[in-house]
Amino acid sequence: MRSMVLIRLDPARAPADGPDAALQEAMGQLIEEMTKAGVLLDTAGLHPIEEATRIRLSGGTQTVVDGPFTESKEIIGGYCLLQTRSAEEAVEWASRFLRVHGPEWEMEVEIRQLDDPA
Amino acid sequence: MSRERSPEERARGAVETAWRIEWPRLVAGLTRVAGDIDTAEELAQDALVAALEQWPRDGVPPNPGGWLMLTAKHRAIDRVRRDATYARKLALIGHELLIDQQQPAPDPVIEDDLLRMICTACHPVLPQPARVALTLRMVGGLTTAEIARAYLVPESTVAQRIVRAKRTIADKRIAYEVPRGPELSTRLGSVLEVIYLIFNEGYAATSGRDWLRAELCEDALRLARIVASLVPGEPEAHGMAALLELQASRTRARSDSARNLVLLADQDRSRWNQLYIRRGFAALGRAHALNRSRGLPPGRYALQAAIAAAHAMAPTAADTDWRRIAGLYALLAARFPSPVVELNRAVAVAMLHGPAAGLELADAVAATGALDDYHLLHAVRGDLLTRLGREPEARAAFTRAAALTANSAEQGLLLGRARSQHDRRTQPVQVQACRGSTPPPTAQKRET
Repeated sequence: MRSMVLIRLDPARAPADGPDAALQEAMGQLIEEMTKAGVLLDTAGLHPIEEATRIRLSGGTQTVVDGPFTESKEIIGGYCLLQTRSAEEAVEWASRFLRVHGPEWEMEVEIRQLDDPA
Repeated sequence: MSRERSPEERARGAVETAWRIEWPRLVAGLTRVAGDIDTAEELAQDALVAALEQWPRDGVPPNPGGWLMLTAKHRAIDRVRRDATYARKLALIGHELLIDQQQPAPDPVIEDDLLRMICTACHPVLPQPARVALTLRMVGGLTTAEIARAYLVPESTVAQRIVRAKRTIADKRIAYEVPRGPELSTRLGSVLEVIYLIFNEGYAATSGRDWLRAELCEDALRLARIVASLVPGEPEAHGMAALLELQASRTRARSDSARNLVLLADQDRSRWNQLYIRRGFAALGRAHALNRSRGLPPGRYALQAAIAAAHAMAPTAADTDWRRIAGLYALLAARFPSPVVELNRAVAVAMLHGPAAGLELADAVAATGALDDYHLLHAVRGDLLTRLGREPEARAAFTRAAALTANSAEQGLLLGRARSQHDRRTQPVQVQACRGSTPPPTAQKRET
Protein backbone atom coordinates (compact mmCIF):
# COMPACT_ATOMS: atom_id res chain seq x y z
CA MET A 1 0.00 0.00 0.00
CA ARG A 2 1.00 3.58 -0.49
CA SER A 3 0.58 6.39 2.01
CA MET A 4 0.96 10.13 1.75
CA VAL A 5 2.60 11.62 4.82
CA LEU A 6 1.72 15.31 5.10
CA ILE A 7 4.02 17.31 7.34
CA ARG A 8 2.28 20.23 9.05
CA LEU A 9 3.81 22.94 11.14
CA ASP A 10 3.21 26.50 12.27
CA PRO A 11 6.05 28.58 10.77
CA ALA A 12 5.64 31.14 13.57
CA ARG A 13 6.51 28.44 16.11
CA ALA A 14 9.30 26.76 14.14
CA PRO A 15 12.98 27.71 14.57
CA ALA A 16 13.53 30.88 12.53
CA ASP A 17 16.57 29.54 10.66
CA GLY A 18 14.89 26.26 9.76
CA PRO A 19 16.58 22.89 10.35
CA ASP A 20 20.14 23.18 11.71
CA ALA A 21 23.06 21.20 10.33
CA ALA A 22 22.61 18.30 12.77
CA LEU A 23 18.92 17.94 11.89
CA GLN A 24 19.67 18.17 8.19
CA GLU A 25 22.19 15.38 8.54
CA ALA A 26 19.82 13.23 10.61
CA MET A 27 17.06 13.76 8.04
CA GLY A 28 19.46 12.89 5.23
CA GLN A 29 20.35 9.66 7.02
CA LEU A 30 16.70 8.80 7.58
CA ILE A 31 15.85 9.47 3.95
CA GLU A 32 18.74 7.24 2.90
CA GLU A 33 17.53 4.51 5.25
CA MET A 34 13.98 4.76 3.88
CA THR A 35 15.29 4.68 0.31
CA LYS A 36 17.42 1.61 1.04
CA ALA A 37 14.45 -0.12 2.64
CA GLY A 38 12.56 0.50 -0.60
CA VAL A 39 9.71 2.35 1.14
CA LEU A 40 10.34 5.97 0.13
CA LEU A 41 8.86 6.73 -3.29
CA ASP A 42 9.04 10.49 -3.22
CA THR A 43 9.60 13.35 -0.79
CA ALA A 44 9.96 17.10 -0.94
CA GLY A 45 9.66 20.23 1.15
CA LEU A 46 7.35 23.00 -0.04
CA HIS A 47 8.02 26.67 -0.60
CA PRO A 48 6.66 29.09 2.06
CA ILE A 49 2.91 29.60 2.12
CA GLU A 50 3.45 33.29 1.25
CA GLU A 51 4.28 32.16 -2.29
CA ALA A 52 1.20 29.95 -2.58
CA THR A 53 -1.94 30.57 -4.60
CA ARG A 54 -5.36 29.28 -3.69
CA ILE A 55 -8.28 28.92 -6.04
CA ARG A 56 -11.64 28.51 -4.40
CA LEU A 57 -14.67 27.15 -6.25
CA SER A 58 -17.96 28.19 -4.73
CA GLY A 59 -21.35 28.35 -6.38
CA GLY A 60 -19.76 27.79 -9.77
CA THR A 61 -17.42 30.78 -9.42
CA GLN A 62 -13.68 30.59 -8.95
CA THR A 63 -11.86 33.04 -6.72
CA VAL A 64 -8.08 33.25 -6.98
CA VAL A 65 -6.28 34.34 -3.82
CA ASP A 66 -2.53 34.85 -3.45
CA GLY A 67 -0.76 34.33 -0.12
CA PRO A 68 -0.05 35.06 2.65
CA PHE A 69 -3.00 33.32 4.22
CA THR A 70 -3.04 34.77 7.69
CA GLU A 71 -5.97 32.69 8.86
CA SER A 72 -4.09 29.41 8.63
CA LYS A 73 -1.58 28.64 11.34
CA GLU A 74 -0.44 25.08 10.66
CA ILE A 75 0.46 24.65 7.03
CA ILE A 76 1.79 21.76 4.97
CA GLY A 77 5.55 22.16 4.83
CA GLY A 78 6.39 18.99 2.96
CA TYR A 79 5.37 15.44 2.17
CA CYS A 80 6.63 11.88 1.83
CA LEU A 81 5.05 9.21 -0.36
CA LEU A 82 5.65 5.80 1.20
CA GLN A 83 5.10 2.23 0.02
CA THR A 84 4.76 -0.17 2.93
CA ARG A 85 3.17 -3.51 3.65
CA SER A 86 0.89 -2.12 6.36
CA ALA A 87 -0.55 1.18 7.60
CA GLU A 88 1.32 0.69 10.90
CA GLU A 89 4.64 0.61 9.05
CA ALA A 90 3.85 3.95 7.43
CA VAL A 91 3.00 5.36 10.88
CA GLU A 92 6.31 4.08 12.28
CA TRP A 93 8.36 5.64 9.46
CA ALA A 94 6.49 8.93 9.90
CA SER A 95 7.15 8.76 13.62
CA ARG A 96 10.86 8.27 12.92
CA PHE A 97 10.76 11.45 10.88
CA LEU A 98 9.41 13.31 13.94
CA ARG A 99 11.93 11.59 16.23
CA VAL A 100 14.92 13.19 14.49
CA HIS A 101 13.49 16.65 15.35
CA GLY A 102 14.46 18.20 18.68
CA PRO A 103 12.10 19.56 21.34
CA GLU A 104 12.25 23.01 19.72
CA TRP A 105 10.03 21.70 16.94
CA GLU A 106 6.26 21.79 17.21
CA MET A 107 4.79 19.85 14.32
CA GLU A 108 2.42 17.14 13.17
CA VAL A 109 2.37 14.52 10.47
CA GLU A 110 -0.81 13.19 8.94
CA ILE A 111 -0.67 9.73 7.34
CA ARG A 112 -3.24 9.11 4.62
CA GLN A 113 -3.50 5.90 2.63
CA LEU A 114 -3.84 6.36 -1.12
CA ASP A 115 -7.21 5.24 -2.46
CA ASP A 116 -5.58 3.28 -5.25
CA PRO A 117 -4.66 -0.37 -5.54
CA ALA A 118 -1.49 0.43 -7.49
CA MET B 1 -13.94 11.97 16.60
CA SER B 2 -10.19 11.78 16.84
CA ARG B 3 -8.70 9.69 19.60
CA GLU B 4 -5.26 10.02 21.03
CA ARG B 5 -3.53 6.68 21.40
CA SER B 6 -2.63 5.76 24.96
CA PRO B 7 1.12 5.48 25.67
CA GLU B 8 0.69 1.72 26.19
CA GLU B 9 -1.12 1.24 22.89
CA ARG B 10 1.38 3.39 21.08
CA ALA B 11 4.39 1.68 22.59
CA ARG B 12 3.03 -1.79 21.90
CA GLY B 13 2.21 -0.88 18.29
CA ALA B 14 5.59 0.76 17.84
CA VAL B 15 7.39 -2.27 19.26
CA GLU B 16 5.63 -4.65 16.92
CA THR B 17 6.01 -2.44 13.88
CA ALA B 18 9.62 -1.43 14.51
CA TRP B 19 10.29 -5.12 15.05
CA ARG B 20 8.75 -5.92 11.68
CA ILE B 21 10.69 -3.20 9.91
CA GLU B 22 14.00 -4.14 11.56
CA TRP B 23 13.52 -7.90 11.56
CA PRO B 24 15.31 -8.74 8.25
CA ARG B 25 18.37 -6.65 9.13
CA LEU B 26 18.32 -7.84 12.72
CA VAL B 27 18.20 -11.52 11.79
CA ALA B 28 20.72 -11.06 8.97
CA GLY B 29 23.18 -9.47 11.43
CA LEU B 30 22.53 -12.03 14.14
CA THR B 31 22.97 -14.92 11.70
CA ARG B 32 26.53 -13.75 11.11
CA VAL B 33 27.35 -13.68 14.82
CA ALA B 34 25.30 -16.72 15.86
CA GLY B 35 26.26 -18.91 12.91
CA ASP B 36 22.79 -20.10 11.90
CA ILE B 37 19.44 -18.58 11.00
CA ASP B 38 17.36 -20.42 13.60
CA THR B 39 19.50 -19.22 16.51
CA ALA B 40 19.41 -15.71 15.04
CA GLU B 41 15.63 -15.80 14.91
CA GLU B 42 15.46 -16.95 18.53
CA LEU B 43 17.75 -14.10 19.60
CA ALA B 44 15.66 -11.60 17.62
CA GLN B 45 12.58 -12.97 19.38
CA ASP B 46 14.30 -12.41 22.73
CA ALA B 47 14.93 -8.80 21.75
CA LEU B 48 11.25 -8.36 20.92
CA VAL B 49 10.28 -9.68 24.35
CA ALA B 50 12.72 -7.24 25.97
CA ALA B 51 11.34 -4.36 23.89
CA LEU B 52 7.78 -5.25 24.90
CA GLU B 53 8.92 -5.02 28.54
CA GLN B 54 10.92 -1.82 28.29
CA TRP B 55 9.56 0.45 25.57
CA PRO B 56 6.10 0.93 27.09
CA ARG B 57 7.91 2.02 30.28
CA ASP B 58 10.91 3.98 28.92
CA GLY B 59 9.62 5.09 25.51
CA VAL B 60 10.69 4.02 22.04
CA PRO B 61 14.46 4.49 21.66
CA PRO B 62 15.71 6.90 18.98
CA ASN B 63 17.26 4.04 17.00
CA PRO B 64 14.97 1.01 17.43
CA GLY B 65 17.00 -1.19 15.07
CA GLY B 66 20.25 -0.55 16.92
CA TRP B 67 18.54 -1.08 20.26
CA LEU B 68 17.09 -4.42 19.15
CA MET B 69 20.46 -5.58 17.82
CA LEU B 70 22.35 -4.66 20.97
CA THR B 71 19.68 -6.21 23.18
CA ALA B 72 19.67 -9.42 21.16
CA LYS B 73 23.43 -9.68 21.60
CA HIS B 74 23.13 -9.09 25.36
CA ARG B 75 20.45 -11.77 25.52
CA ALA B 76 22.80 -14.08 23.68
CA ILE B 77 25.38 -13.56 26.42
CA ASP B 78 22.72 -14.27 29.07
CA ARG B 79 21.91 -17.50 27.28
CA VAL B 80 25.54 -18.49 27.15
CA ARG B 81 25.73 -18.14 30.90
CA ARG B 82 22.83 -20.56 31.23
CA ASP B 83 23.64 -22.88 28.36
CA ALA B 84 27.06 -24.29 27.60
CA THR B 85 26.22 -25.00 23.95
CA TYR B 86 26.18 -21.26 23.31
CA ALA B 87 29.66 -20.89 24.72
CA ARG B 88 31.42 -21.16 21.38
CA LYS B 89 29.44 -18.23 20.09
CA LEU B 90 30.24 -16.00 23.04
CA ALA B 91 33.64 -15.01 21.75
CA LEU B 92 32.16 -13.80 18.48
CA ILE B 93 29.31 -11.93 20.11
CA GLY B 94 31.57 -10.37 22.72
CA HIS B 95 33.81 -9.13 19.94
CA GLU B 96 30.82 -7.66 18.13
CA LEU B 97 29.72 -5.86 21.27
CA LEU B 98 33.13 -4.23 21.66
CA ILE B 99 32.99 -3.04 18.06
CA ASP B 100 29.48 -1.68 18.60
CA GLN B 101 30.56 0.33 21.61
CA GLN B 102 33.41 1.89 19.70
CA GLN B 103 31.21 2.62 16.69
CA PRO B 104 27.67 3.41 17.71
CA ALA B 105 26.97 4.93 14.28
CA PRO B 106 25.11 2.93 11.59
CA ASP B 107 27.16 -0.17 10.94
CA PRO B 108 28.12 -0.69 7.30
CA VAL B 109 28.54 -4.39 8.10
CA ILE B 110 24.76 -4.59 8.58
CA GLU B 111 24.19 -3.77 4.91
CA ASP B 112 26.62 -6.55 4.03
CA ASP B 113 24.70 -8.89 6.31
CA LEU B 114 21.47 -8.32 4.42
CA LEU B 115 23.36 -8.98 1.19
CA ARG B 116 24.77 -12.17 2.76
CA MET B 117 21.25 -13.20 3.68
CA ILE B 118 19.77 -12.66 0.22
CA CYS B 119 22.73 -14.43 -1.40
CA THR B 120 22.20 -17.37 0.96
CA ALA B 121 18.44 -17.42 0.40
CA CYS B 122 19.03 -17.57 -3.37
CA HIS B 123 21.82 -20.16 -3.22
CA PRO B 124 21.69 -22.53 -6.22
CA VAL B 125 21.60 -25.55 -3.89
CA LEU B 126 18.00 -24.61 -2.98
CA PRO B 127 15.06 -25.38 -5.27
CA GLN B 128 13.36 -22.33 -6.81
CA PRO B 129 10.23 -22.35 -4.57
CA ALA B 130 12.47 -22.49 -1.48
CA ARG B 131 14.49 -19.52 -2.73
CA VAL B 132 11.30 -17.54 -3.26
CA ALA B 133 9.87 -18.39 0.18
CA LEU B 134 13.16 -17.77 1.99
CA THR B 135 13.72 -14.43 0.22
CA LEU B 136 10.20 -13.20 1.02
CA ARG B 137 10.57 -14.34 4.64
CA MET B 138 14.15 -13.38 5.48
CA VAL B 139 14.64 -10.29 3.30
CA GLY B 140 11.08 -9.11 2.60
CA GLY B 141 10.10 -9.73 6.21
CA LEU B 142 6.80 -11.41 5.31
CA THR B 143 5.34 -13.94 7.72
CA THR B 144 4.78 -17.52 6.56
CA ALA B 145 1.03 -16.80 6.74
CA GLU B 146 1.41 -13.83 4.37
CA ILE B 147 3.50 -15.84 1.93
CA ALA B 148 0.97 -18.70 2.03
CA ARG B 149 -1.91 -16.31 1.35
CA ALA B 150 -0.08 -14.75 -1.60
CA TYR B 151 0.77 -18.11 -3.15
CA LEU B 152 -2.60 -19.74 -2.37
CA VAL B 153 -1.01 -22.62 -0.50
CA PRO B 154 -1.50 -23.81 3.12
CA GLU B 155 0.69 -22.05 5.67
CA SER B 156 2.19 -25.41 6.67
CA THR B 157 3.50 -25.83 3.11
CA VAL B 158 5.40 -22.54 3.29
CA ALA B 159 6.64 -23.27 6.80
CA GLN B 160 7.89 -26.70 5.68
CA ARG B 161 9.58 -25.18 2.64
CA ILE B 162 11.45 -22.71 4.84
CA VAL B 163 12.39 -25.32 7.46
CA ARG B 164 13.76 -27.63 4.75
CA ALA B 165 15.67 -24.79 3.09
CA LYS B 166 17.32 -23.84 6.38
CA ARG B 167 18.20 -27.48 6.99
CA THR B 168 19.76 -27.74 3.52
CA ILE B 169 21.81 -24.60 4.21
CA ALA B 170 23.04 -26.12 7.48
CA ASP B 171 23.61 -29.65 6.15
CA LYS B 172 25.49 -28.52 3.07
CA ARG B 173 27.48 -26.08 5.19
CA ILE B 174 26.61 -23.17 2.90
CA ALA B 175 28.90 -20.34 3.95
CA TYR B 176 27.09 -17.18 5.08
CA GLU B 177 28.87 -14.89 2.70
CA VAL B 178 28.65 -12.78 -0.43
CA PRO B 179 30.35 -14.63 -3.30
CA ARG B 180 33.28 -12.88 -4.95
CA GLY B 181 34.30 -12.40 -8.56
CA PRO B 182 32.33 -14.07 -11.36
CA GLU B 183 30.38 -16.10 -8.81
CA LEU B 184 28.85 -12.87 -7.52
CA SER B 185 27.26 -12.02 -10.84
CA THR B 186 25.92 -15.60 -11.15
CA ARG B 187 24.42 -15.38 -7.67
CA LEU B 188 23.08 -11.91 -8.36
CA GLY B 189 21.40 -13.41 -11.41
CA SER B 190 19.71 -15.95 -9.15
CA VAL B 191 18.64 -13.18 -6.73
CA LEU B 192 17.16 -11.07 -9.53
CA GLU B 193 15.42 -14.09 -11.05
CA VAL B 194 13.73 -14.79 -7.70
CA ILE B 195 12.57 -11.16 -7.46
CA TYR B 196 11.23 -11.31 -11.02
CA LEU B 197 9.34 -14.53 -10.25
CA ILE B 198 7.74 -12.87 -7.22
CA PHE B 199 6.74 -9.83 -9.27
CA ASN B 200 5.27 -11.91 -12.08
CA GLU B 201 3.29 -14.03 -9.64
CA GLY B 202 1.65 -10.83 -8.38
CA TYR B 203 1.36 -9.25 -11.84
CA ALA B 204 -0.43 -12.31 -13.23
CA ALA B 205 -2.89 -12.02 -10.36
CA THR B 206 -3.69 -8.32 -10.68
CA SER B 207 -6.50 -8.91 -13.12
CA GLY B 208 -7.61 -12.29 -11.86
CA ARG B 209 -10.00 -13.06 -9.04
CA ASP B 210 -7.22 -13.11 -6.49
CA TRP B 211 -6.53 -9.41 -6.20
CA LEU B 212 -4.81 -9.77 -2.82
CA ARG B 213 -1.88 -11.50 -4.42
CA ALA B 214 -1.08 -8.28 -6.26
CA GLU B 215 0.72 -7.26 -3.06
CA LEU B 216 3.51 -9.51 -4.30
CA CYS B 217 4.26 -6.87 -6.94
CA GLU B 218 4.91 -4.33 -4.20
CA ASP B 219 6.99 -6.87 -2.27
CA ALA B 220 9.08 -7.53 -5.38
CA LEU B 221 9.46 -3.80 -6.01
CA ARG B 222 10.72 -3.21 -2.49
CA LEU B 223 13.10 -6.18 -2.80
CA ALA B 224 14.42 -4.85 -6.13
CA ARG B 225 15.03 -1.41 -4.58
CA ILE B 226 16.74 -3.02 -1.56
CA VAL B 227 19.03 -5.10 -3.80
CA ALA B 228 19.86 -2.07 -5.96
CA SER B 229 20.90 -0.20 -2.81
CA LEU B 230 22.92 -3.19 -1.53
CA VAL B 231 24.91 -3.55 -4.77
CA PRO B 232 24.74 -0.02 -6.21
CA GLY B 233 27.58 -0.79 -8.64
CA GLU B 234 25.73 -3.63 -10.37
CA PRO B 235 23.95 -2.42 -13.52
CA GLU B 236 21.53 -5.36 -13.65
CA ALA B 237 20.23 -4.63 -10.15
CA HIS B 238 19.19 -1.18 -11.41
CA GLY B 239 17.94 -2.75 -14.64
CA MET B 240 15.63 -4.99 -12.60
CA ALA B 241 14.41 -2.07 -10.46
CA ALA B 242 13.74 -0.12 -13.68
CA LEU B 243 11.87 -3.01 -15.28
CA LEU B 244 9.62 -3.52 -12.25
CA GLU B 245 8.90 0.19 -11.71
CA LEU B 246 7.97 0.55 -15.39
CA GLN B 247 5.75 -2.54 -15.40
CA ALA B 248 4.12 -1.53 -12.12
CA SER B 249 3.31 1.86 -13.67
CA ARG B 250 0.63 0.13 -15.76
CA THR B 251 -1.11 -1.74 -12.93
CA ARG B 252 -4.08 0.66 -12.72
CA ALA B 253 -4.67 0.51 -16.48
CA ARG B 254 -4.36 -3.20 -17.06
CA SER B 255 -7.75 -4.25 -15.75
CA ASP B 256 -11.18 -2.73 -16.29
CA SER B 257 -13.90 -2.16 -13.70
CA ALA B 258 -14.93 -5.83 -13.99
CA ARG B 259 -11.26 -6.80 -13.48
CA ASN B 260 -10.93 -8.07 -17.02
CA LEU B 261 -7.47 -7.90 -18.48
CA VAL B 262 -6.87 -4.88 -20.73
CA LEU B 263 -4.11 -5.29 -23.30
CA LEU B 264 -1.32 -2.76 -23.60
CA ALA B 265 -2.69 -1.27 -26.82
CA ASP B 266 -6.14 -0.74 -25.28
CA GLN B 267 -4.99 0.73 -22.00
CA ASP B 268 -5.98 4.23 -20.93
CA ARG B 269 -2.49 5.67 -20.75
CA SER B 270 -3.64 8.56 -18.57
CA ARG B 271 -3.97 5.92 -15.86
CA TRP B 272 -0.32 4.95 -16.07
CA ASN B 273 1.49 5.99 -12.91
CA GLN B 274 3.88 8.76 -13.89
CA LEU B 275 5.84 8.56 -10.63
CA TYR B 276 6.70 4.90 -11.25
CA ILE B 277 7.60 5.75 -14.85
CA ARG B 278 9.94 8.51 -13.66
CA ARG B 279 11.49 6.20 -11.10
CA GLY B 280 11.87 3.51 -13.79
CA PHE B 281 13.63 5.91 -16.15
CA ALA B 282 15.94 7.05 -13.34
CA ALA B 283 16.89 3.45 -12.49
CA LEU B 284 17.37 2.62 -16.18
CA GLY B 285 19.62 5.68 -16.49
CA ARG B 286 21.75 4.34 -13.62
CA ALA B 287 21.98 0.91 -15.27
CA HIS B 288 23.02 2.42 -18.62
CA ALA B 289 25.58 4.73 -16.98
CA LEU B 290 27.16 1.83 -15.08
CA ASN B 291 27.30 -0.31 -18.22
CA ARG B 292 28.84 2.53 -20.24
CA SER B 293 31.46 3.24 -17.57
CA ARG B 294 32.49 -0.42 -17.71
CA GLY B 295 32.25 -0.67 -21.46
CA LEU B 296 29.57 -3.36 -21.13
CA PRO B 297 26.50 -3.87 -23.32
CA PRO B 298 23.14 -3.68 -21.50
CA GLY B 299 22.17 -6.87 -19.64
CA ARG B 300 18.95 -8.83 -19.98
CA TYR B 301 17.00 -6.79 -17.45
CA ALA B 302 18.27 -3.43 -18.68
CA LEU B 303 17.22 -4.47 -22.21
CA GLN B 304 13.76 -5.50 -21.05
CA ALA B 305 13.48 -2.27 -19.07
CA ALA B 306 14.46 -0.35 -22.21
CA ILE B 307 11.59 -2.07 -24.05
CA ALA B 308 9.18 -1.19 -21.23
CA ALA B 309 10.54 2.37 -21.36
CA ALA B 310 9.85 2.57 -25.10
CA HIS B 311 6.21 1.69 -24.40
CA ALA B 312 6.08 4.18 -21.53
CA MET B 313 7.31 6.96 -23.82
CA ALA B 314 4.50 6.53 -26.35
CA PRO B 315 1.60 8.92 -25.61
CA THR B 316 -0.76 6.61 -27.57
CA ALA B 317 -0.44 3.02 -28.77
CA ALA B 318 -0.18 4.35 -32.35
CA ASP B 319 2.87 6.41 -31.34
CA THR B 320 4.80 3.31 -30.24
CA ASP B 321 8.29 3.23 -31.70
CA TRP B 322 8.14 -0.34 -33.01
CA ARG B 323 11.42 0.07 -34.86
CA ARG B 324 13.18 0.69 -31.58
CA ILE B 325 11.32 -2.12 -29.82
CA ALA B 326 12.00 -4.63 -32.63
CA GLY B 327 15.67 -3.60 -32.48
CA LEU B 328 15.81 -4.12 -28.72
CA TYR B 329 14.19 -7.55 -29.07
CA ALA B 330 16.71 -8.44 -31.79
CA LEU B 331 19.49 -7.48 -29.37
CA LEU B 332 17.87 -9.49 -26.60
CA ALA B 333 17.39 -12.49 -28.92
CA ALA B 334 21.01 -12.33 -30.04
CA ARG B 335 22.47 -12.13 -26.54
CA PHE B 336 19.93 -14.14 -24.54
CA PRO B 337 18.19 -16.36 -27.09
CA SER B 338 14.94 -17.98 -26.05
CA PRO B 339 11.74 -18.90 -27.89
CA VAL B 340 9.77 -16.42 -25.76
CA VAL B 341 12.04 -13.55 -26.76
CA GLU B 342 11.74 -14.67 -30.37
CA LEU B 343 7.95 -14.67 -30.06
CA ASN B 344 8.06 -11.11 -28.72
CA ARG B 345 10.28 -10.12 -31.59
CA ALA B 346 7.67 -11.58 -33.96
CA VAL B 347 5.04 -9.30 -32.42
CA ALA B 348 7.24 -6.21 -32.75
CA VAL B 349 8.22 -7.10 -36.32
CA ALA B 350 4.54 -7.56 -37.20
CA MET B 351 3.83 -4.06 -35.95
CA LEU B 352 6.76 -2.70 -37.92
CA HIS B 353 6.60 -4.68 -41.19
CA GLY B 354 3.10 -6.17 -41.15
CA PRO B 355 1.46 -9.40 -39.96
CA ALA B 356 3.00 -11.61 -42.67
CA ALA B 357 6.56 -10.82 -41.53
CA GLY B 358 5.54 -11.39 -37.92
CA LEU B 359 3.78 -14.66 -38.66
CA GLU B 360 6.86 -15.96 -40.43
CA LEU B 361 8.85 -15.50 -37.21
CA ALA B 362 6.05 -16.83 -35.00
CA ASP B 363 5.67 -19.90 -37.19
CA ALA B 364 9.41 -20.50 -36.98
CA VAL B 365 9.07 -20.50 -33.18
CA ALA B 366 6.05 -22.83 -33.43
CA ALA B 367 8.01 -25.21 -35.70
CA THR B 368 10.57 -25.80 -32.93
CA GLY B 369 7.79 -27.19 -30.75
CA ALA B 370 9.37 -25.56 -27.69
CA LEU B 371 6.30 -23.45 -26.94
CA ASP B 372 3.58 -25.94 -27.91
CA ASP B 373 1.92 -25.72 -24.49
CA TYR B 374 2.48 -21.99 -24.11
CA HIS B 375 -0.84 -20.19 -24.59
CA LEU B 376 0.69 -16.93 -25.79
CA LEU B 377 2.30 -18.58 -28.82
CA HIS B 378 -1.17 -19.52 -29.99
CA ALA B 379 -2.63 -16.15 -28.97
CA VAL B 380 0.02 -14.32 -31.02
CA ARG B 381 -0.54 -16.61 -34.02
CA GLY B 382 -4.29 -16.11 -33.67
CA ASP B 383 -3.83 -12.36 -33.69
CA LEU B 384 -1.56 -12.35 -36.74
CA LEU B 385 -3.77 -14.82 -38.64
CA THR B 386 -6.78 -12.60 -37.95
CA ARG B 387 -5.00 -9.63 -39.39
CA LEU B 388 -4.15 -11.68 -42.47
CA GLY B 389 -7.84 -12.64 -42.86
CA ARG B 390 -7.18 -16.33 -42.20
CA GLU B 391 -10.11 -16.60 -39.84
CA PRO B 392 -10.66 -20.37 -39.40
CA GLU B 393 -6.98 -20.80 -38.51
CA ALA B 394 -7.14 -17.80 -36.18
CA ARG B 395 -10.19 -19.22 -34.40
CA ALA B 396 -8.41 -22.53 -33.88
CA ALA B 397 -5.33 -20.76 -32.50
CA PHE B 398 -7.35 -18.66 -30.01
CA THR B 399 -9.31 -21.71 -28.86
CA ARG B 400 -6.05 -23.57 -28.29
CA ALA B 401 -4.63 -20.59 -26.38
CA ALA B 402 -7.72 -20.33 -24.15
CA ALA B 403 -7.49 -24.04 -23.31
CA LEU B 404 -3.87 -23.63 -22.23
CA THR B 405 -4.18 -20.70 -19.80
CA ALA B 406 -5.14 -21.09 -16.17
CA ASN B 407 -5.81 -17.38 -15.67
CA SER B 408 -9.56 -16.81 -15.90
CA ALA B 409 -9.20 -13.20 -17.04
CA GLU B 410 -6.92 -14.19 -19.90
CA GLN B 411 -9.16 -17.11 -20.78
CA GLY B 412 -12.16 -14.82 -21.11
CA LEU B 413 -10.26 -12.48 -23.36
CA LEU B 414 -8.99 -15.28 -25.61
CA LEU B 415 -12.36 -17.00 -25.90
CA GLY B 416 -13.88 -13.66 -26.81
CA ARG B 417 -11.40 -13.31 -29.62
CA ALA B 418 -12.03 -16.90 -30.78
CA ARG B 419 -15.72 -15.98 -31.15
CA SER B 420 -15.50 -12.52 -32.70
CA GLN B 421 -13.12 -12.77 -35.57
CA HIS B 422 -14.78 -9.88 -37.34
CA ASP B 423 -13.37 -7.57 -34.72
CA ARG B 424 -10.25 -6.70 -36.68
CA ARG B 425 -8.18 -5.07 -34.05
CA THR B 426 -4.65 -4.31 -35.06
CA GLN B 427 -3.33 -4.50 -31.58
CA PRO B 428 -0.42 -6.68 -30.74
CA VAL B 429 -0.71 -9.54 -28.34
CA GLN B 430 2.54 -8.81 -26.64
CA VAL B 431 4.45 -11.36 -24.68
CA GLN B 432 7.06 -10.42 -22.23
CA ALA B 433 10.62 -11.42 -22.76
CA CYS B 434 12.17 -13.63 -20.19
CA ARG B 435 14.99 -16.01 -19.73
CA GLY B 436 14.88 -19.74 -20.10
CA SER B 437 14.11 -21.94 -23.05
CA THR B 438 11.05 -23.63 -21.59
CA PRO B 439 8.89 -20.96 -20.05
CA PRO B 440 7.89 -21.71 -16.47
CA PRO B 441 4.25 -20.64 -16.11
CA THR B 442 5.08 -17.70 -13.88
CA ALA B 443 8.10 -16.38 -15.70
CA GLN B 444 6.51 -14.60 -18.60
CA LYS B 445 3.25 -13.39 -19.92
CA ARG B 446 1.62 -11.22 -22.44
CA GLU B 447 2.78 -7.69 -21.98
CA THR B 448 -0.04 -5.74 -20.40
